Amino acid sequence: MVEQARRQREGTPPSTAAAYRTVLASRLRAQLQYPVSFGFDVVQAALGFLFGLVEVLGIFHNVPVLADLDVRAALLVYGLAAAGFGLANAVTGQLDTIPTYIRTGTLETMLVRPQPVLAQILTSDVTLRRIGASLVGAGTLAVALPLNHVAWTPAKVALVVVTPLVGGLLFAALFLAAGALQFWLVDAAEVTSAFVYGGNYAAAYSAGVFPLPLRLFVVFAVPVSFAAYLPAAAILGLPGPPGAPGPLGWAAPAVALLVWFAAMRLWALGLRHYTGAGG
Amino acid sequence: MTVIEAVHLTRSFERRAGRLRRSRTTVRAVDDVSFAVERGETIGYIGANGAGKSTTIKMTTGILVPTGGSVRTFGLDPVPARTAVARRLGVVFGQRSQLWWDLPLRESLRLLAAIHRLPAERWRPRETELVERLELADFLGRPVRQLSLGQRMRGEVAAALLHEPELVVLDEPTVGLDVLSKERLRTFLREDVAARGATLLLATHDMDDVRRLCERLLVVDRGRLVYDGDIPGLVARVGARRVLVVDLEQPLPPLTDVPDAELVAVEGDGVRQRLAFSPERTTAAAVLAAVAGRAPVRDLSVEEPDIEDVVRRLYLASGR
Repeated sequence: MVEQARRQREGTPPSTAAAYRTVLASRLRAQLQYPVSFGFDVVQAALGFLFGLVEVLGIFHNVPVLADLDVRAALLVYGLAAAGFGLANAVTGQLDTIPTYIRTGTLETMLVRPQPVLAQILTSDVTLRRIGASLVGAGTLAVALPLNHVAWTPAKVALVVVTPLVGGLLFAALFLAAGALQFWLVDAAEVTSAFVYGGNYAAAYSAGVFPLPLRLFVVFAVPVSFAAYLPAAAILGLPGPPGAPGPLGWAAPAVALLVWFAAMRLWALGLRHYTGAGG
Repeated sequence: MTVIEAVHLTRSFERRAGRLRRSRTTVRAVDDVSFAVERGETIGYIGANGAGKSTTIKMTTGILVPTGGSVRTFGLDPVPARTAVARRLGVVFGQRSQLWWDLPLRESLRLLAAIHRLPAERWRPRETELVERLELADFLGRPVRQLSLGQRMRGEVAAALLHEPELVVLDEPTVGLDVLSKERLRTFLREDVAARGATLLLATHDMDDVRRLCERLLVVDRGRLVYDGDIPGLVARVGARRVLVVDLEQPLPPLTDVPDAELVAVEGDGVRQRLAFSPERTTAAAVLAAVAGRAPVRDLSVEEPDIEDVVRRLYLASGR
């Protein structure tokens, strides 16, 4: 009764989703305010991935097949990896600024607001220009998909559609895990870079190029192979090298979710460490 | 209703000493502090740098967990109940911003309203009120990074008070402001807190802040609470002295022998002399009579004890 009366007097509070939408919309508006400058930023963010693409083409100019991939399959892998990475980088890329948040006390101002800290970091600093990598990825996929001879089934179509999202979630989990580690490591943004950009590099190639221990690492420990190579192998029907069987690609969505939950757990621990230690 | 209750609240930090990280020393930033703050109280939390003010505020607002004792804010454990506490809490950290650097102030307020999930019917009128009272209209549309310190600080206060918090915590809110800005901000804070029946916890160095805004003082020294009470009580406790300033018709040699009074300064070759006395031992009238017996007094004034001096003496008394 009292609650009802209060609502009538003051209006209904906006839902949580509406709260996030307001913040997100504001961030995006601010970034699109200067379209030309935004365009340059997107191109700049895309450049690294264009060079990566040239590198892949360069390699296959010299060798017809690397590990189990030919140039068409390699392009598919590269496109999937870049598409996923761009998404993750746009949404979670700012997690590498956590040392700055800690040092400047921004984290403390976030802690005294009634919203989860992670949600605040993610919504308050979405950087749309980082989507540039995804554009390169999408372009590469547009070329690579028709080049590969795939016996398409509804399941394969579904897999190729969700893989950029799965890759995005996987890389986002890496960003998050690396961000969480910053609570223990003082001012070690390099750790994030090593983790995430190294992970991205590993994801863009066949797991077959790595020696077995490293291959097991990218499949089972920090499973970046699930971002692109394994789903691609599943779609192309490749057997995959020992330790990284192609059909495992079908498990990519489940693996990405698992890794994300593990990263969330690490984040919660990191935040608890921060409130325990006081920065 | 008790808004904050600290019971034997303690927070220690481990400090590594030496390059080899062999020896560790434990520093108690807050050491066995107990106090309770009732709704509507205005508390000045004062102490030197590193006395433990910020650490207490962090534990009260859910940023830091205690290592000993407990603190309850609105009856809740602040760290686990962080978001519930945050809805009813407004914090201004003088040294850091909670505004979005690249956005206009107006936009920051809108975002905070969304984060606090305030219905438009509630926050729009409040925004209008804050804009008017804090005189934000001229720069409401300007990105925060372009604001002067005084403008930004008013913006910070508006941001912290938009959701009409029951508890307002201010950590050094007037640092770096000019005298006029400070005074305006204090007037606004006093009136806003009183009108809403809110509770104010103000950590500061600035004794004027305390005099203007706070009915009750908590004084901390090296993590320990050394005083809890009002300003007159503090003055009485350390036996603070008042100062009688006399302007004489003609210069006199220094008045070193007035009973129960101590000469603290001589100005204008002996035309103006300042005599300190303890109100418990004598009166201004008695001191004045003793001076008037030697030369005609042209003018006089009595200076009240300076809080800064009082706190200094309190520190001395607590063995610093």
